[in-house]
Amino acid sequence: MTEARHERAPGDRPSREMDASAPSEFLVYTIGLFVAVLLTATSFWAANTSLIWPGGVALGLAVLAIAQMGIHLVFFLHITSGPESTNNVLALAFGVLIVFVVVAGTMWIVADMNGNMMMPSGAPMSMRMQH
Amino acid sequence: MNVAVAIDQISEDALPSASEAGPAPKRIVVTYGFWIFLLSDIVMFAALFASYAVLVRSTAGGPTGAQLFNQGTVAIETACLLVSSYTCGLMSLAVNSRRRLATYLGALITFALGATFLSLELREFSNMIAIGATPQRSAFLSAFFTLVGCHGLHVALGLIWLAVMMVQVAVFGFATRVQHRLLCFSLFWHALDIVWVGVFTVVYLMGVSP
Repeated sequence: MTEARHERAPGDRPSREMDASAPSEFLVYTIGLFVAVLLTATSFWAANTSLIWPGGVALGLAVLAIAQMGIHLVFFLHITSGPESTNNVLALAFGVLIVFVVVAGTMWIVADMNGNMMMPSGAPMSMRMQH
Repeated sequence: MNVAVAIDQISEDALPSASEAGPAPKRIVVTYGFWIFLLSDIVMFAALFASYAVLVRSTAGGPTGAQLFNQGTVAIETACLLVSSYTCGLMSLAVNSRRRLATYLGALITFALGATFLSLELREFSNMIAIGATPQRSAFLSAFFTLVGCHGLHVALGLIWLAVMMVQVAVFGFATRVQHRLLCFSLFWHALDIVWVGVFTVVYLMGVSP
Protein backbone atom coordinates (compact mmCIF):
# COMPACT_ATOMS: atom_id res chain seq x y z
CA MET A 1 0.00 0.00 0.00
CA THR A 2 2.93 2.37 -0.53
CA GLU A 3 1.08 4.21 -3.29
CA ALA A 4 -1.57 5.48 -0.91
CA ARG A 5 1.03 7.67 0.77
CA HIS A 6 1.24 9.95 -2.20
CA GLU A 7 -2.31 10.10 -3.44
CA ARG A 8 -5.64 8.93 -2.24
CA ALA A 9 -8.67 7.87 -4.22
CA PRO A 10 -11.80 9.91 -3.55
CA GLY A 11 -13.82 8.12 -0.90
CA ASP A 12 -10.82 6.28 0.50
CA ARG A 13 -9.70 6.50 4.11
CA PRO A 14 -6.10 6.00 5.22
CA SER A 15 -5.88 2.50 6.62
CA ARG A 16 -4.84 2.02 10.21
CA GLU A 17 -1.51 0.45 9.31
CA MET A 18 -0.47 3.69 7.65
CA ASP A 19 -1.75 6.03 10.31
CA ALA A 20 -2.34 4.52 13.72
CA SER A 21 -3.80 7.75 15.07
CA ALA A 22 -6.61 7.77 12.49
CA PRO A 23 -9.98 7.18 14.14
CA SER A 24 -11.79 3.97 13.26
CA GLU A 25 -13.73 4.26 10.02
CA PHE A 26 -16.95 3.05 11.62
CA LEU A 27 -16.67 5.91 14.13
CA VAL A 28 -16.13 8.44 11.32
CA TYR A 29 -19.31 7.35 9.53
CA THR A 30 -21.29 7.34 12.77
CA ILE A 31 -20.16 10.84 13.74
CA GLY A 32 -21.06 12.01 10.22
CA LEU A 33 -24.54 10.49 10.48
CA PHE A 34 -25.09 12.05 13.91
CA VAL A 35 -24.05 15.56 12.81
CA ALA A 36 -26.02 15.29 9.55
CA VAL A 37 -29.17 14.25 11.44
CA LEU A 38 -28.68 17.18 13.82
CA LEU A 39 -28.31 19.66 10.94
CA THR A 40 -31.30 18.21 9.06
CA ALA A 41 -33.49 18.39 12.16
CA THR A 42 -32.40 22.01 12.70
CA SER A 43 -33.30 22.81 9.08
CA PHE A 44 -36.81 21.39 9.45
CA TRP A 45 -37.23 23.18 12.79
CA ALA A 46 -36.04 26.52 11.33
CA ALA A 47 -38.46 26.25 8.42
CA ASN A 48 -41.45 25.82 10.73
CA THR A 49 -40.65 27.90 13.79
CA SER A 50 -42.01 31.36 14.44
CA LEU A 51 -39.12 32.22 16.76
CA ILE A 52 -36.89 33.38 13.90
CA TRP A 53 -37.49 36.56 11.93
CA PRO A 54 -39.10 35.25 8.69
CA GLY A 55 -36.70 37.20 6.49
CA GLY A 56 -33.74 35.37 7.96
CA VAL A 57 -35.10 31.83 7.57
CA ALA A 58 -33.95 31.39 3.96
CA LEU A 59 -30.43 32.52 4.79
CA GLY A 60 -30.32 30.25 7.84
CA LEU A 61 -31.52 27.29 5.76
CA ALA A 62 -28.84 28.00 3.14
CA VAL A 63 -26.13 28.08 5.81
CA LEU A 64 -27.39 24.81 7.34
CA ALA A 65 -27.50 23.14 3.90
CA ILE A 66 -23.94 24.21 3.04
CA ALA A 67 -22.75 23.02 6.46
CA GLN A 68 -24.41 19.65 5.88
CA MET A 69 -22.85 19.31 2.42
CA GLY A 70 -19.48 19.96 4.07
CA ILE A 71 -20.19 17.27 6.68
CA HIS A 72 -21.07 14.80 3.91
CA LEU A 73 -17.87 15.64 2.03
CA VAL A 74 -15.63 15.22 5.08
CA PHE A 75 -17.24 12.28 6.88
CA PHE A 76 -18.75 10.26 4.01
CA LEU A 77 -16.56 11.15 1.02
CA HIS A 78 -13.42 11.59 3.18
CA ILE A 79 -12.18 14.77 1.52
CA THR A 80 -9.29 16.02 3.64
CA SER A 81 -6.83 18.88 3.47
CA GLY A 82 -3.88 16.50 3.39
CA PRO A 83 -1.39 16.48 0.52
CA GLU A 84 -2.61 13.06 -0.65
CA SER A 85 -6.01 14.40 -1.70
CA THR A 86 -4.85 17.61 -3.37
CA ASN A 87 -6.14 16.48 -6.78
CA ASN A 88 -9.56 15.65 -5.40
CA VAL A 89 -9.81 18.98 -3.60
CA LEU A 90 -8.71 20.92 -6.69
CA ALA A 91 -11.32 19.19 -8.84
CA LEU A 92 -13.95 19.85 -6.17
CA ALA A 93 -12.96 23.52 -5.97
CA PHE A 94 -13.35 23.87 -9.73
CA GLY A 95 -16.76 22.17 -9.56
CA VAL A 96 -17.89 24.50 -6.79
CA LEU A 97 -16.71 27.50 -8.83
CA ILE A 98 -18.75 26.37 -11.86
CA VAL A 99 -21.80 25.67 -9.68
CA PHE A 100 -21.53 29.15 -8.17
CA VAL A 101 -21.13 30.81 -11.59
CA VAL A 102 -24.08 28.89 -13.09
CA VAL A 103 -26.48 29.49 -10.19
CA ALA A 104 -25.56 33.06 -9.23
CA GLY A 105 -25.02 34.14 -12.85
CA THR A 106 -28.37 32.74 -14.01
CA MET A 107 -30.29 34.33 -11.17
CA TRP A 108 -28.54 37.68 -11.64
CA ILE A 109 -28.96 37.80 -15.43
CA VAL A 110 -32.59 36.67 -15.42
CA ALA A 111 -33.53 39.05 -12.61
CA ASP A 112 -31.88 41.87 -14.57
CA MET A 113 -33.69 40.95 -17.81
CA ASN A 114 -36.93 40.60 -15.91
CA GLY A 115 -36.45 44.08 -14.47
CA ASN A 116 -35.76 45.56 -17.92
CA MET A 117 -38.75 43.95 -19.64
CA MET A 118 -40.91 46.44 -21.52
CA MET A 119 -44.14 45.76 -19.71
CA PRO A 120 -46.98 48.00 -18.61
CA SER A 121 -45.75 49.43 -15.33
CA GLY A 122 -48.91 48.34 -13.57
CA ALA A 123 -48.41 44.67 -14.35
CA PRO A 124 -47.47 42.67 -11.25
CA MET A 125 -44.26 40.69 -11.07
CA SER A 126 -46.03 37.40 -11.53
CA MET A 127 -47.48 38.54 -14.86
CA ARG A 128 -44.04 38.97 -16.35
CA MET A 129 -43.02 35.35 -16.18
CA GLN A 130 -45.92 33.21 -17.20
CA HIS A 131 -44.24 30.95 -19.69
CA MET B 1 6.48 0.55 -9.12
CA ASN B 2 9.18 -1.79 -7.82
CA VAL B 3 11.61 1.10 -7.87
CA ALA B 4 9.25 3.15 -5.73
CA VAL B 5 8.91 0.29 -3.26
CA ALA B 6 12.69 -0.07 -3.12
CA ILE B 7 13.13 3.64 -2.47
CA ASP B 8 10.59 3.44 0.34
CA GLN B 9 12.46 0.62 1.96
CA ILE B 10 15.73 2.53 1.85
CA SER B 11 14.53 5.64 3.64
CA GLU B 12 11.22 5.75 5.44
CA ASP B 13 11.43 9.48 6.06
CA ALA B 14 12.15 10.87 2.61
CA LEU B 15 8.88 10.21 0.80
CA PRO B 16 9.05 10.62 -2.97
CA SER B 17 6.65 13.20 -4.32
CA ALA B 18 3.68 12.11 -6.41
CA SER B 19 5.51 12.82 -9.66
CA GLU B 20 8.54 10.77 -8.60
CA ALA B 21 6.46 7.79 -7.53
CA GLY B 22 5.43 6.90 -11.08
CA PRO B 23 1.92 6.46 -12.45
CA ALA B 24 -0.84 6.26 -9.86
CA PRO B 25 -2.41 2.86 -9.23
CA LYS B 26 -5.59 1.98 -11.09
CA ARG B 27 -7.78 2.33 -8.03
CA ILE B 28 -6.87 6.02 -7.79
CA VAL B 29 -7.15 6.67 -11.52
CA VAL B 30 -10.57 4.98 -11.79
CA THR B 31 -12.12 6.74 -8.81
CA TYR B 32 -10.57 10.08 -9.75
CA GLY B 33 -12.22 9.82 -13.16
CA PHE B 34 -15.50 8.95 -11.51
CA TRP B 35 -15.04 11.91 -9.14
CA ILE B 36 -14.74 14.20 -12.19
CA PHE B 37 -17.95 12.66 -13.61
CA LEU B 38 -19.75 13.27 -10.31
CA LEU B 39 -18.66 16.91 -10.27
CA SER B 40 -19.96 17.35 -13.83
CA ASP B 41 -23.22 15.72 -12.73
CA ILE B 42 -23.43 18.23 -9.88
CA VAL B 43 -22.84 21.06 -12.37
CA MET B 44 -25.83 19.75 -14.35
CA PHE B 45 -27.90 19.77 -11.15
CA ALA B 46 -26.72 23.34 -10.55
CA ALA B 47 -28.27 24.34 -13.89
CA LEU B 48 -31.55 22.68 -12.85
CA PHE B 49 -31.41 24.43 -9.46
CA ALA B 50 -30.82 27.76 -11.21
CA SER B 51 -33.81 27.28 -13.53
CA TYR B 52 -35.96 26.26 -10.55
CA ALA B 53 -34.89 29.34 -8.57
CA VAL B 54 -35.73 31.56 -11.55
CA LEU B 55 -39.13 29.97 -12.21
CA VAL B 56 -40.30 29.29 -8.65
CA ARG B 57 -42.74 32.25 -8.64
CA SER B 58 -44.07 31.66 -12.16
CA THR B 59 -47.05 29.60 -11.10
CA ALA B 60 -49.36 31.02 -13.83
CA GLY B 61 -52.24 31.07 -11.37
CA GLY B 62 -51.72 27.38 -10.56
CA PRO B 63 -50.89 25.76 -7.23
CA THR B 64 -47.81 27.00 -5.38
CA GLY B 65 -45.23 24.96 -3.53
CA ALA B 66 -46.72 25.82 -0.14
CA GLN B 67 -50.05 24.29 -1.26
CA LEU B 68 -48.52 21.14 -2.76
CA PHE B 69 -45.63 20.06 -0.52
CA ASN B 70 -46.07 17.80 2.49
CA GLN B 71 -43.23 18.23 4.97
CA GLY B 72 -43.89 14.91 6.70
CA THR B 73 -43.21 12.97 3.51
CA VAL B 74 -40.10 15.02 2.81
CA ALA B 75 -38.78 14.36 6.33
CA ILE B 76 -39.20 10.59 5.87
CA GLU B 77 -37.58 10.74 2.42
CA THR B 78 -34.64 12.70 3.85
CA ALA B 79 -34.21 10.23 6.71
CA CYS B 80 -34.30 7.27 4.27
CA LEU B 81 -31.63 8.76 2.03
CA LEU B 82 -29.39 9.85 4.91
CA VAL B 83 -29.47 6.46 6.63
CA SER B 84 -28.95 4.68 3.30
CA SER B 85 -25.85 6.84 2.77
CA TYR B 86 -24.63 5.67 6.19
CA THR B 87 -25.31 1.99 5.46
CA CYS B 88 -23.60 2.42 2.08
CA GLY B 89 -20.53 3.66 3.96
CA LEU B 90 -20.68 0.65 6.28
CA MET B 91 -21.01 -1.59 3.20
CA SER B 92 -17.80 -0.13 1.75
CA LEU B 93 -16.06 -0.87 5.08
CA ALA B 94 -17.25 -4.48 4.79
CA VAL B 95 -15.93 -4.60 1.22
CA ASN B 96 -12.53 -3.30 2.35
CA SER B 97 -12.26 -6.04 4.97
CA ARG B 98 -13.68 -8.70 2.57
CA ARG B 99 -16.68 -9.60 4.72
CA ARG B 100 -19.18 -11.01 2.25
CA LEU B 101 -22.19 -11.37 4.56
CA ALA B 102 -21.84 -7.82 5.94
CA THR B 103 -21.55 -6.54 2.36
CA TYR B 104 -24.80 -8.21 1.37
CA LEU B 105 -26.52 -6.95 4.52
CA GLY B 106 -25.34 -3.36 3.96
CA ALA B 107 -26.39 -3.50 0.31
CA LEU B 108 -29.80 -4.92 1.25
CA ILE B 109 -30.51 -2.15 3.78
CA THR B 110 -29.21 0.51 1.38
CA PHE B 111 -31.41 -0.88 -1.42
CA ALA B 112 -34.50 -1.08 0.82
CA LEU B 113 -34.09 2.52 2.04
CA GLY B 114 -33.46 3.78 -1.50
CA ALA B 115 -36.54 1.93 -2.76
CA THR B 116 -38.61 3.41 0.09
CA PHE B 117 -37.40 6.89 -0.87
CA LEU B 118 -38.29 6.29 -4.51
CA SER B 119 -41.76 4.91 -3.78
CA LEU B 120 -42.55 7.87 -1.50
CA GLU B 121 -41.41 10.26 -4.21
CA LEU B 122 -43.45 8.52 -6.89
CA ARG B 123 -46.52 8.56 -4.64
CA GLU B 124 -46.01 12.29 -4.09
CA PHE B 125 -45.73 12.85 -7.86
CA SER B 126 -48.85 10.81 -8.62
CA ASN B 127 -50.81 12.66 -5.93
CA MET B 128 -49.76 15.98 -7.45
CA ILE B 129 -50.66 14.86 -10.96
CA ALA B 130 -54.03 13.58 -9.69
CA ILE B 131 -55.00 17.07 -8.49
CA GLY B 132 -53.95 18.67 -11.77
CA ALA B 133 -50.47 19.83 -10.75
CA THR B 134 -48.83 18.32 -13.84
CA PRO B 135 -45.56 19.54 -15.40
CA GLN B 136 -47.63 21.23 -18.14
CA ARG B 137 -49.56 23.36 -15.63
CA SER B 138 -46.94 26.08 -15.00
CA ALA B 139 -43.27 26.91 -15.40
CA PHE B 140 -42.82 26.36 -11.67
CA LEU B 141 -44.16 22.80 -11.92
CA SER B 142 -42.07 22.07 -15.04
CA ALA B 143 -38.93 23.14 -13.16
CA PHE B 144 -40.00 21.20 -10.06
CA PHE B 145 -40.61 17.93 -11.90
CA THR B 146 -37.38 18.31 -13.89
CA LEU B 147 -35.21 18.94 -10.82
CA VAL B 148 -36.75 16.46 -8.39
CA GLY B 149 -37.48 13.92 -11.14
CA CYS B 150 -33.86 14.05 -12.31
CA HIS B 151 -32.69 13.30 -8.77
CA GLY B 152 -35.23 10.47 -8.53
CA LEU B 153 -33.97 9.07 -11.83
CA HIS B 154 -30.43 9.08 -10.44
CA VAL B 155 -31.63 7.19 -7.35
CA ALA B 156 -33.40 4.63 -9.57
CA LEU B 157 -30.24 4.13 -11.64
CA GLY B 158 -28.24 3.81 -8.41
CA LEU B 159 -30.58 1.05 -7.20
CA ILE B 160 -30.15 -0.87 -10.47
CA TRP B 161 -26.38 -0.40 -10.20
CA LEU B 162 -26.39 -1.69 -6.62
CA ALA B 163 -28.33 -4.81 -7.63
CA VAL B 164 -25.89 -5.45 -10.50
CA MET B 165 -22.94 -4.99 -8.13
CA MET B 166 -24.32 -7.57 -5.71
CA VAL B 167 -24.63 -10.06 -8.57
CA GLN B 168 -21.00 -9.30 -9.47
CA VAL B 169 -19.89 -9.87 -5.86
CA ALA B 170 -21.76 -13.18 -5.88
CA VAL B 171 -20.19 -14.28 -9.18
CA PHE B 172 -16.68 -12.79 -9.09
CA GLY B 173 -16.17 -12.32 -5.35
CA PHE B 174 -14.08 -9.35 -4.26
CA ALA B 175 -12.06 -9.13 -7.47
CA THR B 176 -10.08 -5.93 -7.94
CA ARG B 177 -12.36 -4.59 -10.65
CA VAL B 178 -15.45 -5.34 -8.55
CA GLN B 179 -13.88 -3.40 -5.67
CA HIS B 180 -13.23 -0.42 -7.97
CA ARG B 181 -16.86 -0.46 -9.10
CA LEU B 182 -18.13 -0.71 -5.53
CA LEU B 183 -16.00 2.29 -4.55
CA CYS B 184 -17.44 4.25 -7.49
CA PHE B 185 -20.95 3.22 -6.45
CA SER B 186 -20.46 4.47 -2.90
CA LEU B 187 -19.15 7.80 -4.26
CA PHE B 188 -22.23 8.05 -6.48
CA TRP B 189 -24.60 7.28 -3.62
CA HIS B 190 -23.01 9.83 -1.26
CA ALA B 191 -23.09 12.47 -4.01
CA LEU B 192 -26.82 11.83 -4.52
CA ASP B 193 -27.35 12.50 -0.83
CA ILE B 194 -25.46 15.81 -1.16
CA VAL B 195 -27.73 16.80 -4.06
CA TRP B 196 -30.77 15.83 -1.99
CA VAL B 197 -29.62 18.21 0.79
CA GLY B 198 -29.88 20.99 -1.79
CA VAL B 199 -33.26 19.73 -3.03
CA PHE B 200 -34.99 19.50 0.32
CA THR B 201 -33.59 22.87 1.42
CA VAL B 202 -34.25 24.88 -1.74
CA VAL B 203 -37.43 23.19 -2.99
CA TYR B 204 -39.28 21.96 0.07
CA LEU B 205 -38.18 23.98 3.12
CA MET B 206 -37.74 27.35 1.39
CA GLY B 207 -40.92 26.61 -0.60
CA VAL B 208 -43.14 26.16 2.45
CA SER B 209 -41.58 28.63 4.87
CA PRO B 210 -43.60 31.84 5.06
